[in-house]
Amino acid sequence: MSQAMSQGTKPKHTLSGEEIIRCTGVNKWYGEFHVLKNVNLSVQKGERIVVCGPSGSGKSTMIRCLNRLEEHQKGTIVIDGIELTNNLKNIELVRREVGMVFQHFNLFPHLTVLENCTLAPIWVRKMPKAEAEERAMSYLKRVRIAEQAKKYPGQLSGGQQQRVAIARSLCMSPKVMLFDEPTSALDPEMVKEVLDVMIGLAEDGMTMLCVTHEMGFAKSVADRVIFMDRGEIVEQDTPDAFFSNPKSERTRLFLSQILNH
Amino acid sequence: MATETRTTQGAPPPGGVSFSLSDPTFRAIVYQILVVGAVVLVGWFLISNTLDNLARRSIATGYHFLEREAAFGIGESLIDYSPKDTYGRAFLVGVLNTLKVSIIGVILATIIGTIIGVARLSSNWLIAKLASTYVEIIRNIPPLLQLFFWYALVSDGLPPVRQALNPIPGVFLSQRGLRVPVPAPDPVWANMGIALLVAIVAAWGVSRWARARQARTGQPFPAGWTGLGLIVGLPILTWLAGGAPLAMDVPKLTGFNFTGGGAISPEFFAILTGLTLYTAAFIAEVVRSGIKAVNWGQTEAARALGLPSSPTLRLVILPQALRVIVPPLTSQYLNLTKNSSLALAIGYPDLVSIANTTLNQTGQAIEGVTMIMGTYLVISLSISIFMNWYNKRIALVER
Ligand SMILES: Nc1ncnc2c1ncn2[C@@H]1O[C@H](COP(=O)(O)OP(=O)(O)O)[C@@H](O)[C@H]1O
Ligand SMILES: [Mg+2]
Repeated sequence: MSQAMSQGTKPKHTLSGEEIIRCTGVNKWYGEFHVLKNVNLSVQKGERIVVCGPSGSGKSTMIRCLNRLEEHQKGTIVIDGIELTNNLKNIELVRREVGMVFQHFNLFPHLTVLENCTLAPIWVRKMPKAEAEERAMSYLKRVRIAEQAKKYPGQLSGGQQQRVAIARSLCMSPKVMLFDEPTSALDPEMVKEVLDVMIGLAEDGMTMLCVTHEMGFAKSVADRVIFMDRGEIVEQDTPDAFFSNPKSERTRLFLSQILNH
Repeated sequence: MATETRTTQGAPPPGGVSFSLSDPTFRAIVYQILVVGAVVLVGWFLISNTLDNLARRSIATGYHFLEREAAFGIGESLIDYSPKDTYGRAFLVGVLNTLKVSIIGVILATIIGTIIGVARLSSNWLIAKLASTYVEIIRNIPPLLQLFFWYALVSDGLPPVRQALNPIPGVFLSQRGLRVPVPAPDPVWANMGIALLVAIVAAWGVSRWARARQARTGQPFPAGWTGLGLIVGLPILTWLAGGAPLAMDVPKLTGFNFTGGGAISPEFFAILTGLTLYTAAFIAEVVRSGIKAVNWGQTEAARALGLPSSPTLRLVILPQALRVIVPPLTSQYLNLTKNSSLALAIGYPDLVSIANTTLNQTGQAIEGVTMIMGTYLVISLSISIFMNWYNKRIALVER
């Protein structure tokens, strides 16, 4: 599957050079356990980044720090000019601008697909309901699921649910989208429909950070691949360089495991 | 004694019947016939025995006694009642008193229980600790003791009537309970009630109209404030139009007790406070476990969308928690209603206490007990039916 994906040629776009995420010396501990070790990361507007690494290496923790679902203990994280501290107002401001897609979708099961998509625009952006619904329908069309708008999440397949989850995030018009293994809870035949939506987003210039093991996706759309191991960013490079010429031994080991199974 | 011999007589000697007892269906039928037969025999024995006894003491069976004069006083009543009224009316007074304490108790216990249940999950250590201490203490003291405690607090803790505490002019606190001034009777109060109803309907209409308009044009309309204005303004206008009566019915000390004003008796206070606080502790646990049953991912998804904590709780967590909460909540409501019969112990005239007096005076024990059971059955079934309907309404749609 990853081979098929890599056929797609991507227009290597030029980036604005405007920085939207900056992590400086970020450290985090779970009790004694040092889960993030001195992470430095800078992301430009429109950049598409794939984060990979062995399970337990801290990938989820890192991107969850970016919208403060996890709290870092040392270092600074600045998103779109706002530093993440204990200031609740700032946290809410950042969360509005940063969308997140979870491995297990986390749709609201008591709300219809459409209501899932309009909840935050209405209650956070104070958008009129009609306008929120109109926008939601246009995003649902974009993820090709508009005809299911009146259904409940429990009535949809995994792939459909994940596409709704993407639409739900997009309805807030985020400046950055975070994906935490969006396809790893899906049956294999549903992976492609979700990846296609993500590729579409990438082509439209969305700033994206994706934790994923879909190397085909990384090769075809990523501007940069980041490899994490044991809480550290070990290596980061363009996909071409990363896959053809990994510098560190740990990266090589990881790649051999993930590409040859 | 007699029942035992009768039931064992019918039992087949093990393996002694020539029908195929090894056939499970046949065996099941035989056992069922035996059980039904035993029940009928026991029932027949009890009934004939009772009828015998009643006949010997010359007590007429049936509910005709309900039309006779009750000849006992009742401390508090929602309807007019005097000892000259019938047993039937006395029983109705008891039913209404039970309903009063149950309905107010259920509402208060739900509010307090929800607040404490949410507080137990608070990230503030002190709040969470206080809430869990409350739950642990209250749940582990028998409710009857709690009723005695609240009753003693009023009847022994407060001064006698003649030295009643008078914290605010017109308000009196004594062993006889709380007395407060209430507005003197005037037709304007009824009109204000009607005005309030009209205002509520109008506010509801305005909010529907506003929602429709917002969906159509995107223009928000301050429906909340308009509604509030209507609900507050319309009754005030009615009051002004009715001549703005200010006369109050203030309680006065006459002889050994107060007359006039509105009253909360120590018995009602004790039973309401006791049942409410006791049930609230259980409801708090129900609410807490309901909230905890909602996947943490739901909170994270709401946060990731930028929803602040209060809309997250209200729009995402509680609606999902409710479907876990409602079934055990139903049994807490039933418990509160049934526990209201503890009123007997402190002299609050609930239906059990009045039925008890009635059956002591008339000897109509069976009729009295069937009336108590019937009433509780009706109340319990009503609660169950309502809660089941509500539970269905909020159930999740699954594939
Ligand atoms: N809430 C937590 N408490 C303690 N340890 C945790 C917690 N969450 C994650 N960890 C640990 O942190 C490490 C990194 O986790 P995670 O960021 O989820 O890794 P990845 O997403 O790369 O698989 C793992 O070893 C995990 O066991
Ligand atoms: Mg992970």
